[in-house]
Amino acid sequence: MRYLPLTPNDRSEMLATIGADTVDDLFRDVPDGVLNAEISGLPAHASEMAVERHMKKLAAKNLSAADAPFFLGAGAYRHHVPASVDHLIQRGEFLTAYTPYQPEIAQGTLQVLFEFQTQVARLFGTDIANASMYDGSTACWEAIAMAARITRRDGVVIGPIHPHYLSTAKTMAKFTKDEIRELSPALIADAGDDAMIDMIDDKTSCVVVQYPDILGRIPDLAKIADAAHDKGALLVAVVTEPVALGLLESPGSLGADIVVGEGQSLGVGLNFGGPYLGLFGAREKYARQMPGRLCGETVDADGKRGFVLTLSTREQHIRREKATSNICTNSGLCALAFSIHMTLLGGEGLDKLSRINHARAVKAAGKLAAIDGVELVNEGGFFNEFTLRLVGHDAREVALRMAKRGILSGVALSRLYPDSLDLSEGLVVCVTETCSDEDVDALVAALAEELA
Amino acid sequence: MNAPNKSGWKPEMGEAGSGPVAKTASGDAGLALEEALIFELGGTGKCGVDFDEEPGDVSPALAKFARKAPVDLPALTEPEAVRHYTRLSRQNYAIDLGPFPLGSCTMKHNPRLNEAMARLPGFADIHPLQPMDTVQGAYEVIEQLADWLCKLTGMEAVAMSPKAGAHGELCGILAIRAALEARGDAREVILVPESAHGTNPATAAFAGYRVENIPATKDGRVDLQALKDRLGPDVAGVMITNPNTCGLFERDMKAISDAVHAAGGLVYCDGANFNAIVGKVRPGDLGVDAMHINLHKTFSTPHGGGGPGSGPVVLSELLAPFAPIPFVRRDEKGRLRMVEERGAKDHLPQTFGRMTAFHGQMGMFTRALTYMLSHGVDGLRQVAEDAVLNANYVLRSLEGDLDAPFGDAGPCMHEALFSDENLPDGFSTLDIAKGLIDEGFHPMTVYFPLVVHGAMLVEPTETESKAGLDRFIASMKSLTARAKAEDESLKSAPHYAPRRRLDETRAARKPVLTYKGEGVPPGTPSLSEIGGS
Repeated sequence: MRYLPLTPNDRSEMLATIGADTVDDLFRDVPDGVLNAEISGLPAHASEMAVERHMKKLAAKNLSAADAPFFLGAGAYRHHVPASVDHLIQRGEFLTAYTPYQPEIAQGTLQVLFEFQTQVARLFGTDIANASMYDGSTACWEAIAMAARITRRDGVVIGPIHPHYLSTAKTMAKFTKDEIRELSPALIADAGDDAMIDMIDDKTSCVVVQYPDILGRIPDLAKIADAAHDKGALLVAVVTEPVALGLLESPGSLGADIVVGEGQSLGVGLNFGGPYLGLFGAREKYARQMPGRLCGETVDADGKRGFVLTLSTREQHIRREKATSNICTNSGLCALAFSIHMTLLGGEGLDKLSRINHARAVKAAGKLAAIDGVELVNEGGFFNEFTLRLVGHDAREVALRMAKRGILSGVALSRLYPDSLDLSEGLVVCVTETCSDEDVDALVAALAEELA
Repeated sequence: MNAPNKSGWKPEMGEAGSGPVAKTASGDAGLALEEALIFELGGTGKCGVDFDEEPGDVSPALAKFARKAPVDLPALTEPEAVRHYTRLSRQNYAIDLGPFPLGSCTMKHNPRLNEAMARLPGFADIHPLQPMDTVQGAYEVIEQLADWLCKLTGMEAVAMSPKAGAHGELCGILAIRAALEARGDAREVILVPESAHGTNPATAAFAGYRVENIPATKDGRVDLQALKDRLGPDVAGVMITNPNTCGLFERDMKAISDAVHAAGGLVYCDGANFNAIVGKVRPGDLGVDAMHINLHKTFSTPHGGGGPGSGPVVLSELLAPFAPIPFVRRDEKGRLRMVEERGAKDHLPQTFGRMTAFHGQMGMFTRALTYMLSHGVDGLRQVAEDAVLNANYVLRSLEGDLDAPFGDAGPCMHEALFSDENLPDGFSTLDIAKGLIDEGFHPMTVYFPLVVHGAMLVEPTETESKAGLDRFIASMKSLTARAKAEDESLKSAPHYAPRRRLDETRAARKPVLTYKGEGVPPGTPSLSEIGGS
C-alpha cells in the first residue's frame, strides 16, 4: 500500500524485537469476538487512478459556480482568490504542521497568526483578535457566551442575523439557559434599529447585530451601541462578508465591544460550506475572557523576537471544566489563506475590491428592479448583496427554475426561513467582482421571462 | 530523509567549522533566514492584486456608512508575498520534514491525492445553498463517507456537521442530554477519567453538566469498581477515551458500558485514538452510544498548523433521533436531500438543533473519503496494525532507557507512554523534548496525560518506516544518556532551532497580541529588553 512504509520483513523483525508472535498478540486486550469482527459492504484498497476516477465522477454531478452565472451569498461569498494563495498554503511546512505547541520550531505558523490577528483587529476596528474559530456561526455563539461571562447577565437580543447563526445560538442557549429574544427580518427597507433598541433592558447581556444584515441592509451600529451601553449591555457585531469592511466603517469604531465574522470571503473559496474560519475581535480589556487560541509576542533566551500561544490559562487543556470554551483547534490553514489574500490586497486593494463589488451590485440591482413584478427591498443602501421581492412568487420555486436554465440566481429566503410565509417572496442576490456584465444580463433576461 | 545520510556528517567527524564566525550583516545565516512582519515589510502604493476596472463611487444611500480612509493594512506584491510566506514556512517543522510523534494527535502522512480531489471545481467551487439538484455529487460524498463511518464503527447513524473533535464531543453530549430530557430524566453529572483530554470536562461543563473524575487503576485503565460505585440516578453518562490517553485499550469497556446503561446513563467515547483500532474493532460492539471521529487524525486530513479539523459523531440507535441538523437523506425518488430547518419536523422531529452554519467541513469530507477509498477496508486494518506495531517497537526499544509506567502491563496500542522517573534531578521531560528538536525531530506530547509524572507520549503512526523509527530511537537513547550524564547543555536546548526557548511568562504577563508599531527587526534584542524591564 502506497502510504505504508513497513515491509513484511520489517514487520517480522519488529515483532521479534517486541517479543510477540503475531500482530494480534498486541491487540490481546480487546475481547474475543470483538477483535477482527467482519466489516461488510466496504471496498478493498484502490490505486490512485481508480480513486481519482471515482471522485471525479462525483464532482461532475455538481454544477460548479464557474460554469454558471452565479449570484449566491447569504453567508458564503464567491471572490477571486489569487493563485499564489493556494500555492502557498500547500507548502508542506504549513499544510502538515501541528498546532504550534513547540514554538521554537513553529515560528512560521506563529508569526502568520500574529499577522493575522493584527489584520483582523484593524479590519474590525477592535483592539485585539484571536487566532480564528471554526466559522462565523460558532464564533457568533462564542461571542454571546463571552458577553454573558463579562456582564453576568443572561438576556440576549438578536437582530436579523443569518438564520443558521441564530439556530446555532438557540441550540446552545437551550443548554446554557440564556434567554434569546430575536427580531425576525421582514421584507422592508428598515433594518430594525429602533425595534432592537426597544428590546434591550437591564437583563440584556448583549445585542447581536449583523452588519450588513441577512437581507443586505446596513444597521446603524453606532446608535445601537449607544443604546446597549446605556443599559450596561454589550454590542456584538457580526460580519459575514468581510469585504464589506473595505467600504463600511469598522464595527469597532462604531462602538461594538465584540466583533465576530466569517472570513471565508478572502482566500478560502466556497468549498460547499466548509472548512471556513471564524473571525473574533474584541476590546483589549476582555482579552482574558476570549475563547480560542491567542498568539502573542515575546523573546527567546537570546533576546530574539518570537511568538508563542499565550493566555492559555483560559483554555481547556489547562483549565479543564473551568475553561472559557471547549474549543481546542482554530482554523489555522484557512486563517493563513485569509491572511495571504489580505496581504496581497492591503488596505488600498481591499478598498478597490469593495468598491468594485458595490458598484457592480448597485448596477445589477437597478436592472433587476426594473423587471415587472420585482421590487428592491434595500432602499436604505446595501454593499454587494440585496434582497428582491418577487411579487406573487415563491422565490424558492423561481430559483429552482432558474437553476434548470443554468443560472444560480440567489438564495431564496424560504430555504432559510421555511416557517415564514412573509419572506417566501424574498430572493437574496449577491454580486461580486466575479459576476460579469454578461452574467448579470443573463440573470435579468431569465428572471424577466420566468416572472412574465 | 528517513535514514542516516551516509555521505554527510557523521558523529566521528566532530563539530563542524573552525572556531567562532563573524556575525552576518543581514542577520540571516546561510539558509537560516529571518523574516520581518508584513507591517515592517509592506507598504502603501503597491498591491498584489490587479483589477480589470476602476472602482466605482459609493452610492448615496450608503454614504453615511462609508469609511473615510482605507483600512490601515500593508500590501505586498506577489513576488514579495511569495517570498515572505515561503521564508516563514521554513521556520516550521512538519510531517513532510520528518517524524512528528505527538501522542494523541496522530500526525500521519497527508496524501496529496486528497488535496487534489478536494480542489476539483465540482467540490471546491460550489455554494452550500445551491439548489439541491445542482449538488447531488456533493451530497453523495457526504452519504458515502457517512456509510464508511457507520460501518467501520458499527454504529447506527452519524452527525456530519461538527467542525472538529471538541465540537463533536459537544454534539455527542448534547445528543445524550436531549435523549435523557426526552424521557423526563434530566441528570446532572458526567463522569470523566483523570487521564481524559481537557476538552472532555470542558465540553461537559459547557453543556451544563457538573464534572466528576473517576480514578485509574495501577495498570492505567478506568477503575471499573470506582465507576460502578459512583453510578446512580444523577449520572447522565461517562466520557471514556478508548484506546485511552495512556495508549492502552480499555479492556473493561463492555463492562463499563453495561454498568452505565444499567444505571440509566449513556456512554460517550472520545474517538481521538480511533487510528489504533480502525478496521480491527467496532466501538459499537463495545456498547458505545456516541463517538466523535477526528477526520484529521485517523483519516489523514491535514492539520494545517492547527486546523481546520472535522469531527463527525457516530451515534447509537438510541441517540440517532436526537442528532443535529442538517443531514442528508434520500427521498422516495432516490434524490439526495439536505434536511435543514425545512424538513426537520418530518424527518428528525427530536433533533437537538443546529450546531453550525451550512453542512460541515466538506473540504475534509472529500479528503477523508479519498483516503478511505485508497486504503479500502483491508488497508485501514493494516493502518491500525502498523500503527500499533510501530508504537510497541518504540516502547520495547526504549523501556530500558526510560521508565515506561505501564510497560509491564502488556502491549500498548498506537502510542507508547514514558515518564521522567529515570531522569536525574534537575533534568526534566521538557529537556528531552527540546533536545529532540536539536536532533531534528518534533517532540512527543509532553506532560499529558496528567496521571503520569513528566509524561512523554510517543505516537509514531503507521506512516513511519522502520529506518525512521530506528533513527528516532537512537536519538532518544542519546538524549536519555546525556541527561543521565548530567549534560548541562541539554537544559538550554534547543540550540539549532530558529529560536531558543521562548519566554512564555513574559508573553502572558503583558500580552502583545497585535502589532502596534513598536516592534523591532527580527533577530535583534527587542527594545524593551534593552531598556531593562
